[in-house]
Amino acid sequence: MLERQKMPEQDPKVRRTNFKEVALGFTEKQAIDEAARCLQCKKPKCVEGCPVEVKIPVFIKHIANGDFDSAIKEIKVDNALPAICGRVCPQETQCEASCILNKKGTSVSIGRLERFVADMEKDHGTREKPHSSGKKVAIVGSGPAGLTAAADLAKTGHSVTIFEALHAAGGVLTYGIPEFRLPKKIVETDVEYVKKLGVTLLLDSVIGKLETVDDLLMQFDAVFLGTGAGLPVFLNIDGENLNGVYSANEFLTRVNLMKSFLFPDHDTPIRKGKNVVVVGGGNVAMDSARCALRLGADNVTIVYRRGEKELPARAEEIEHAKEEGIKFRLLTNPVRIIGDAKNWVTHIECINMYLCEPDGSGRCKPMPLAGSEHRIEADVIIIAIGTSPNPLVPRTTGGLEITKQGTVVARKDGATTKTGVYAGGDAVTGSATVISAMGAGKKAARAIDEYLKNMPVA
Amino acid sequence: MPFEIIRKQELVPTIYLMDISAPRIAKKAEPGQFVILRINGKGERIPLTIADFDRKKGIINMIFQAVGKTTMHLSTLKAGEELLDFIGPLGNPAHIQKEGTVIMVGGGVGVAPIFPQARAFKEAGNKVISIIGARSANLLLWEDKMKAVSDELYITTDDGTKGHHGFVTDIVKKLLESGTKIDRVVAIGPPVMMRAVAGVTKPFDVKTIVSLNSIMVDGTGMCGACRVLVGNETKFACVDGPEFDAHLVDFTLLMNRLSMYQPEEKLALEKYKCEREGCTC
Ligand SMILES: Cc1cc2nc3c(=O)[nH]c(=O)nc-3n(C[C@H](O)[C@H](O)[C@H](O)COP(=O)(O)OP(=O)(O)OC[C@H]3O[C@@H](n4cnc5c(N)ncnc54)[C@H](O)[C@@H]3O)c2cc1C
Ligand SMILES: Cc1cc2nc3c(=O)[nH]c(=O)nc-3n(C[C@H](O)[C@H](O)[C@H](O)COP(=O)(O)OP(=O)(O)OC[C@H]3O[C@@H](n4cnc5c(N)ncnc54)[C@H](O)[C@@H]3O)c2cc1C
Ligand code: SF4
Ligand code: SF4
Ligand code: FES
Repeated sequence: MLERQKMPEQDPKVRRTNFKEVALGFTEKQAIDEAARCLQCKKPKCVEGCPVEVKIPVFIKHIANGDFDSAIKEIKVDNALPAICGRVCPQETQCEASCILNKKGTSVSIGRLERFVADMEKDHGTREKPHSSGKKVAIVGSGPAGLTAAADLAKTGHSVTIFEALHAAGGVLTYGIPEFRLPKKIVETDVEYVKKLGVTLLLDSVIGKLETVDDLLMQFDAVFLGTGAGLPVFLNIDGENLNGVYSANEFLTRVNLMKSFLFPDHDTPIRKGKNVVVVGGGNVAMDSARCALRLGADNVTIVYRRGEKELPARAEEIEHAKEEGIKFRLLTNPVRIIGDAKNWVTHIECINMYLCEPDGSGRCKPMPLAGSEHRIEADVIIIAIGTSPNPLVPRTTGGLEITKQGTVVARKDGATTKTGVYAGGDAVTGSATVISAMGAGKKAARAIDEYLKNMPVA
Repeated sequence: MPFEIIRKQELVPTIYLMDISAPRIAKKAEPGQFVILRINGKGERIPLTIADFDRKKGIINMIFQAVGKTTMHLSTLKAGEELLDFIGPLGNPAHIQKEGTVIMVGGGVGVAPIFPQARAFKEAGNKVISIIGARSANLLLWEDKMKAVSDELYITTDDGTKGHHGFVTDIVKKLLESGTKIDRVVAIGPPVMMRAVAGVTKPFDVKTIVSLNSIMVDGTGMCGACRVLVGNETKFACVDGPEFDAHLVDFTLLMNRLSMYQPEEKLALEKYKCEREGCTC
């Protein structure tokens, strides 16, 4: 049997100084060889592991046969954004975790194959416009949830308008995930594909301010809320408002959306630290740390309160971060941030932690080790401990039930407590994954389609 | 979706008026709110207060001072040219209701955002006493417009070239000490001025409102760049404000945070000037 193909990558020493993509993608030969490893299982476990149930063995078979066109067509039946998912899905806990070959630790590289055919695709498919249903749907937010819902609703003939608060579409794909992991060209291509399906995209449109959801309901037959979980959570410790302390959202938005890594050619500045400390252990923390490194930091340290095993980031990102020289201080938690007379951060004071019995989330609960306080030198600190949903829409929409955590209450099919209003993605679940947001967008599109069918044409 | 510049005018040296065609925003705008704009694809997102709006014509009016790269670039644009992005109305509208007697304080370019509020307070049946100040007489903004909506108007200049020689706070203090019953003070201007007004009104226990101009990026509560400390609680000026109770604001923190990018701002401005003057550095 063939061995699992290795992904060609930029050398860590080189890539830590640039923002170009780290993983370079399979060659044709590698892709065909990798596809040949798939056993074409009768009852493919892998499909169950994919939140949108991509027909994995079918598309892989096409690749093995060298028929890349059919492969991408097959994927796009279930997944409108394969170039993105192939790059950022946590495959090791989803499709590839369920692959039968994973028992030996050598699952088929499903994600990389998906990426390969998506990148090969030249014709990004202008389809015939379906027969118009005469119904109008407003989508709030252009992240993966909103884009997927929009694409599916447009395909069924509804007239769809996306309202996006920022000046670019894509949500976290655009402002959060850095260029070296997900080139913005790819996001743009996928957004263009959704537009080609007939979707109208209105940027610079903050719902809750420019129009409320109730205003939208006067102009549209249904509304989908895909507003994400973009409100940064802070630690609530002393010194968090010192100059040089960023939320990961701000840091990443400056770097990715505003391109401050190109300052002064691009206008938005960013503080380039020498000693950067990132607090948190998820994808957001890895992305922040690796951006800081690429901006020119000498030392970048990740401070995380649990252990290696508990790091929630994708395995590949942790590995890449380590290769690039990011330091990990595990079982460590900040207690306060210390600054100088001019309000600039100088140190972060941390305490060591130990893990005891599992808490509500099933993970081991971190406890502070008394007397272990110590300081780490830092001129930039990035807080990446999570986000919660933005309250702008909830605050301005009557009749929409919201949980204490700020998430929108929605049924499995996306229906909220307000008639005609559906929701999905991070806005409902809190921070999750790209593919789960897409799955939610898909389900909601189906439910909205049903809802509209049962509605008399005006 | 580009936004057309309908009118651009220099009001006084370094301070400009600009009208933008933005019908959707004009429909919803209220006094106290702001917009965020971006000139072009490489541009920074900067917030400017909505100084006035015309719902019928679909126009948003802003008054800005050319202080750095972006505002300076903005000041060179002409009617007929376009801005790439124009986002709003952001922030909460000002609370305007019948209070009794209100003092409206505008310093420098802060006179512009004070004007629509003064007008609205007047229309709500208040007695409006306005105090406007500038460094020098030639920098004084909108005396006529302010006069038209105020029951009393005081002028101050730092150098004594017009009106009271001194600061706006001198007049605020005099009014409060004279025993005139003041129900509310609204002050908009440089942070030092707003802090000084807060300091003067505090002992008299007069509710004082200021509009905070912290550094912003998205303006929708997503990044936290704009965080300010109010009553010892962290608030996001873009969504929780921009108006806050002056007596609870930590102005020192505000000013410190405003200086965060000074070296970068200097560099950006030098590069911009250099490019405009066609040198090759
Ligand atoms: C740095 C980072 C790295 C990540 N890495 C990964 C990864 O590797 N793999 C993975 O699977 N997941 C990853 N995630 C998580 C993943 O990106 C999210 O779960 C996913 O993007 C959620 O999609 P969404 O459509 O629900 O919301 P979002 O992507 O957050 O999009 C919401 C959109 O709605 C807009 N919006 C919000 N409010 C309004 C309003 N009032 N009016 C108009 N528009 C509004 C926002 O501007 C935004 O564009 C990462 C997240 C971050 C932040
Ligand atoms: C809610 C709000 C309303 C405002 N309204 C007005 C107004 O009506 N008229 C007016 O002239 N100015 C207003 N400002 C200030 C204006 O946004 C800044 O002058 C402008 O951003 C400066 O950009 P620059 O590139 O020209 O100068 P820079 O050289 O970049 O900065 C000059 C100074 O402006 C501040 N500043 C820089 N970047 C930002 C930013 N992204 N957001 C906020 N402040 C920043 C900093 O204190 C900096 O030191 C407002 C600010 C806020 C937050
Ligand atoms: S969409 Fe994600 S989970 Fe599904 S097959 Fe593709 S990479 Fe795997
Ligand atoms: S489980 Fe693995 S081997 Fe089986 S069909 Fe899926 S990818 Fe192929
Ligand atoms: S400007 Fe980003 S949260 Fe206020």
